[in-house]
Amino acid sequence: MFAFIISRILQALPVMLTVALISFAMFAYVGDPVAIMLGQDFTEAQRQALVKDLGLDQPFWVQFGTFIGNAVQGEFGLSYRLSRPVSDLIAERAPATLELALTAAIVALLIGVPMGVYTGLYRNSWLSRFFLTFSLVGVSLPTFLIGILLILVFAVWLGWLPSFGRGDTVKLGWWSTGFLTWTGIKALILPSITLGLFQLTLIMRLVRAEMLEVLRTDYIKFARARGLPNRAVHFGHALKNTLVPVITIVGLQLGAIIAFAIVTETVFQWPGMGLLFIQSVNQADIPVMAAYLLLISALFVSINLIVDLLYYAVDPRLRIGRGQGAH
Amino acid sequence: MTDTLRRFFDSDVWWSFTRSPITMLSAIVALICILGALFAPWIAPHNPFDLASLNLLDAFKPPAWTEEGERAYLLGTDDQGRDVLSAIMYGARVSLLVGLSATLFATTLGVTLGLLAGYLGGKLDALLMRICDVQLTFPSILVALLIDGVVRAALPREVHDQIALFVVIFAIGISEWPKFARTVRGSTMVERNKEYVQAARVIGVSPPRIMLSHVLPNVLGPVLVIATLNLGLAILSEATLSFLGVGVPATQPSLGTLIRIGNDFLFSGEWWITIFPGVTLIAMVLSVNLLGDWLRDALNPKLR
Amino acid sequence: MSGQNPLLEVRHLRVEFPTRRGTLVAIDDVSFTISAGEVLGVVGESGAGKSMTGAAIIGLLEPPGRIAAGEILLDGRRIDNLRYEDMRRIRGKEIGAIFQDPLTTLNPLYTVGRQLAETMTTHLPITPAEARKRAIGWLDLVGIPAAAQRIDSYPHEFSGGMRQRVVIALALCAEPRLIVADEPTTALDVSIQAQIIALLKSLAREKGTAMMLVTHDMGVIAETADRVAVMYAGRIAEIGPVRNVVKQASHPYTVGLMGSIPPLDRRVERLAQIDGAMPRLSAIPKGCAYNPRCPKVFARCREDRPDLLPAGATQAACWLYAGEAKTHG
Repeated sequence: MFAFIISRILQALPVMLTVALISFAMFAYVGDPVAIMLGQDFTEAQRQALVKDLGLDQPFWVQFGTFIGNAVQGEFGLSYRLSRPVSDLIAERAPATLELALTAAIVALLIGVPMGVYTGLYRNSWLSRFFLTFSLVGVSLPTFLIGILLILVFAVWLGWLPSFGRGDTVKLGWWSTGFLTWTGIKALILPSITLGLFQLTLIMRLVRAEMLEVLRTDYIKFARARGLPNRAVHFGHALKNTLVPVITIVGLQLGAIIAFAIVTETVFQWPGMGLLFIQSVNQADIPVMAAYLLLISALFVSINLIVDLLYYAVDPRLRIGRGQGAH
Repeated sequence: MTDTLRRFFDSDVWWSFTRSPITMLSAIVALICILGALFAPWIAPHNPFDLASLNLLDAFKPPAWTEEGERAYLLGTDDQGRDVLSAIMYGARVSLLVGLSATLFATTLGVTLGLLAGYLGGKLDALLMRICDVQLTFPSILVALLIDGVVRAALPREVHDQIALFVVIFAIGISEWPKFARTVRGSTMVERNKEYVQAARVIGVSPPRIMLSHVLPNVLGPVLVIATLNLGLAILSEATLSFLGVGVPATQPSLGTLIRIGNDFLFSGEWWITIFPGVTLIAMVLSVNLLGDWLRDALNPKLR
Repeated sequence: MSGQNPLLEVRHLRVEFPTRRGTLVAIDDVSFTISAGEVLGVVGESGAGKSMTGAAIIGLLEPPGRIAAGEILLDGRRIDNLRYEDMRRIRGKEIGAIFQDPLTTLNPLYTVGRQLAETMTTHLPITPAEARKRAIGWLDLVGIPAAAQRIDSYPHEFSGGMRQRVVIALALCAEPRLIVADEPTTALDVSIQAQIIALLKSLAREKGTAMMLVTHDMGVIAETADRVAVMYAGRIAEIGPVRNVVKQASHPYTVGLMGSIPPLDRRVERLAQIDGAMPRLSAIPKGCAYNPRCPKVFARCREDRPDLLPAGATQAACWLYAGEAKTHG
């Protein structure tokens, strides 16, 4: 178990290093940070001082090392656009994005998995056909259009729910949460549906496909031949085997949710990291982009690690070193 | 030729097409979208880019069937007085162009690299698959956004505006290639070990020739399915980028751009400016996805 | 009563597959019986309908396949038209099944002990603790060494032969009276096949379990079966006591089949072989399905389809024995 985690972390390291290198390359070579930071009027001496100050006169690898050292400490320099430390900006915005993504993921899982199981088991019922059609529409609907349609109906026409912002938030230490106020929860409804709908349909289709695949296997036929009740065959044998691939994809989708939060946050003016990122892309604010990229990758890598551990928990074939093996 | 045609109409693929009304409907919708976009300059009722014909007095006209609508503007006009229907036709042109080009780019890149990786194996294979792994860790829209952002930062604004269309195509194409490479690599490795390929190798057919004439035809089926499904995705990616304001330049508005512009007027009640381009986008992507789904099932009878 | 009735009776079974190019008849007018404790071997080429007959008996035909006509009776009670839930109670409890490939028949995510225990608690009124105890007993009985330790192992921790032993334990653990064994040794190493057959045979004898043994291996049949049914293109070509079918086959197809087996007791220069191939289900010829390949074909074979007729000690679906039927009847 321990060795397994270590090996997975070792595998994740190159990914993180590659991403860090890309971030750093963006940081160091895209645009001219010195010119941007100095503004219009500067003397050569000032420029030299800043170059030295930023360490830009150092060799590439030293600069990269410093960059990583700083990144590990959460230090990403100043935003070109807002002239504030990037770490502060991100810390302010992270809770909004994480709460939104978490809610969306839970919505997607709690509805998507049962719908997938149902459509896999009763593939010819009219409800399954309805779900499938719905899912195809869901997959084809771009996130931002879902948001716009929801705003049009529930905010503009019906006036039931707010169309932008987080509502009132409560500070818990440095974390600001919208879960604890009524306006906060109301503000969360439309964005989380918008963000979760695509994943919901994807999870549903995936679970259905896996379920159909598993139901065709010999061990399911054998379980039926042993006279096990449908409940045991479907929700024990079949569902458990379905979970193995589903966990992987759902883990990856959690990453996608955070990425698509960029779109949802733009539609709903949700004050999260995604909005910050898209404003940075628009304004070529490289330090923020680099930091966001690193942070997101760290998040993805951790999610992948958790996925691997879950995998390990579900599938005994991965737990090597138990029993005597084949005779 | 007639023989090929006859075989096509006798094939399972055609049979399953004629048996699926939804698929036929999708094909018709897709065809309408493509034709409308292709012939926009000739059949659009107005030219939304002809500044001389624009009149701000025509701005914010609702669709023709409402009380204040005008017959001349079937789907109403936007804030500049442009005809929404014409703007949609021109916009669909850009959306389709970007979607098709990006898919073509991703397919070519992915198939080539997949063939090489699968056939040659070794270090190249390991390297390419590692890149795939890393890239697949990230959602493609994020990769596209990042590429777009970096190019935007690296180039002066004027230069960027000129090549923005290519940047978007490149960004979306790059973000989608690993799917193709993975599939092609897998099939190639299977094909490579089949007897007929072994035999071709033994009699001294050159590797490029084997790959092109023996391996490639056998992996085209799955590639076609992925490409079709990917087309829908690429159109969506473009629309998303443009909606976020980082996609195609404002001088060549795509459906996504139109939706973004219209979004500003949602609250003042001018819903048609954003909803009609949105519906067009959905119709286009949905029909392409349905066709892709059908194609996958038709080519893979065991999944039915 | 049950002494009079055969344990299993299949009457005029017909299985159809509707396809886009018309309905395929996979099993056509198949009738046979299995008595309590008897082993019926079913042989034939791939696609002859052997496995499908087995699937029809346990009520697990793959859709769109369906029983179009005929009856299947267990102990005189029809089981082919039962509702799913009623048939489920029979599967495992009355009729056990063994599949071909032990590598794919066991659920990889559950321990063998759990799979055994759930089968027993489903069908027998026993506690989980008792089921576990019996599970160890079964593993021991089918020859798994150190059964008490291996009970919590997962299938992938066993070899193919060991897994088939587990499958046998699973099929027998609720003590069914009939086992449908579909090519139980085909996927195994030749060296292990004999062990598995010996195990099946001794367990069936010990428990008094009847068995329908589907295989294309005549050696296995000769060794194990009491009676044998030879299937060809969805029909029974010949059925009778194993000794007679092997030594004095009546149907020309059976004769050809036996001729293709190398005898152990003498050298032969050349093994006989049957020319041609079994017809596809979509292209079964008029008359006797075997007529294009039959060395003794005559006019009537191309026109009428023969039913099973008495032919010496066996019954054969062949017009050669039409006269014999007349003289006897």
